[in-house]
Amino acid sequence: MLERLQREFGVTDINELKPGLTSLKVARDKTETLIRELRDREGYTHLNFMTVIDYIEDGIFTIVYMLHNYDNKDTLSIHVDIGRDGEDMVSIHHLWAQAWTYQRELREAYGIRFPGSPRLDEDFVLEGWDQIPPMRREFDTKKFSEERFGHREGRSSEEPREHMKVNLYPNRGGDEQ
Amino acid sequence: MIKSLSTEDTLENAGLTEEEQQLFCNARPKQYEPYPIKAVEDFANWARANSLWILAFGTGCGAIELRPLMTARFDANRFGVAGRPTPRQSSVFVIGGYASVKTLKRIIRSYEQMQGPKFVIALGICPVNGGMYFDSYNTINQFDMYLPVDLYITGCMPRPEVLVAGIVELQKKIKQGRCDGANRYIENFDWYKANQKKVIKNWDMPDYNW
Repeated sequence: MLERLQREFGVTDINELKPGLTSLKVARDKTETLIRELRDREGYTHLNFMTVIDYIEDGIFTIVYMLHNYDNKDTLSIHVDIGRDGEDMVSIHHLWAQAWTYQRELREAYGIRFPGSPRLDEDFVLEGWDQIPPMRREFDTKKFSEERFGHREGRSSEEPREHMKVNLYPNRGGDEQ
Repeated sequence: MIKSLSTEDTLENAGLTEEEQQLFCNARPKQYEPYPIKAVEDFANWARANSLWILAFGTGCGAIELRPLMTARFDANRFGVAGRPTPRQSSVFVIGGYASVKTLKRIIRSYEQMQGPKFVIALGICPVNGGMYFDSYNTINQFDMYLPVDLYITGCMPRPEVLVAGIVELQKKIKQGRCDGANRYIENFDWYKANQKKVIKNWDMPDYNW
């Protein structure tokens, strides 16, 4: 099957992560046809989840679709790279109705647009959010939290390594035993 | 439409549309005044302390501690504690751990709908200083900036034994007449409202939910 996918859809980077879990990469424009093919022909009828990995260093979002085949207990993890800045993604809400909830969540948390997905612009968790999407890695959540929600005096935290070195093992220096 | 109150006694209700403003009461809440005779007030406090009805509103992970509290092992009915389904019938609001901004809006709404006298127990470390969510973009760090707290039970997660101890402590405080959280809320109403509106950006409910 994987050879056929390579031939027909230009699938690359096929890795068997462990028995029963394979990851592969596909171009953005082929995503919808590939997933439809897997669902209708190959028996990957279950969408476990879809999510996003933020590779800020490379300027890309990797969208991950996890599909499961109940007949041979096989899971496919399909990775699609899109640009980080305002590039939209093909919606798959017509393949699985639950996908639009994921897409709504991804729109809110990362700002990725899925044109055509129902109720995409409704608030999901963050009602009245007025900042950049909070799960993007350039968003400084600690700074925002201190500005918006305040900071109670008296809270302090210790670096565990330093704390133990000073308080528990004062006579032992560094890493040597 | 009855709007006989003078302007300083009314609330703006700016978050509502004009049509909705006609539907909601815009009077300011009033402080609770104790009975003039101290013995009567003490008797009322004794009665309040022994009929604490908890609102069935689980706001965070601490809500899971309320289930064993009510069932056979810890049996909070021994202390006159019962669960109530609606804010109108309950007198104790247990903030079960962290409160996200979205939940905080519902908490405020439910709290204001509760009939006085009402008490708030903050369960866990999260309402105190944010706990493990101190840097979260969506959970508040200091709960007492938004609603008055009568009793803190700290820990992560406090077990039902601690909650029982906290309820006993709350009963002591009520009997001594020291649980004045609801009055503090009315007294500093504008301060609390300003704090609430600072974090809740889509304020589309009345300023006080009667």
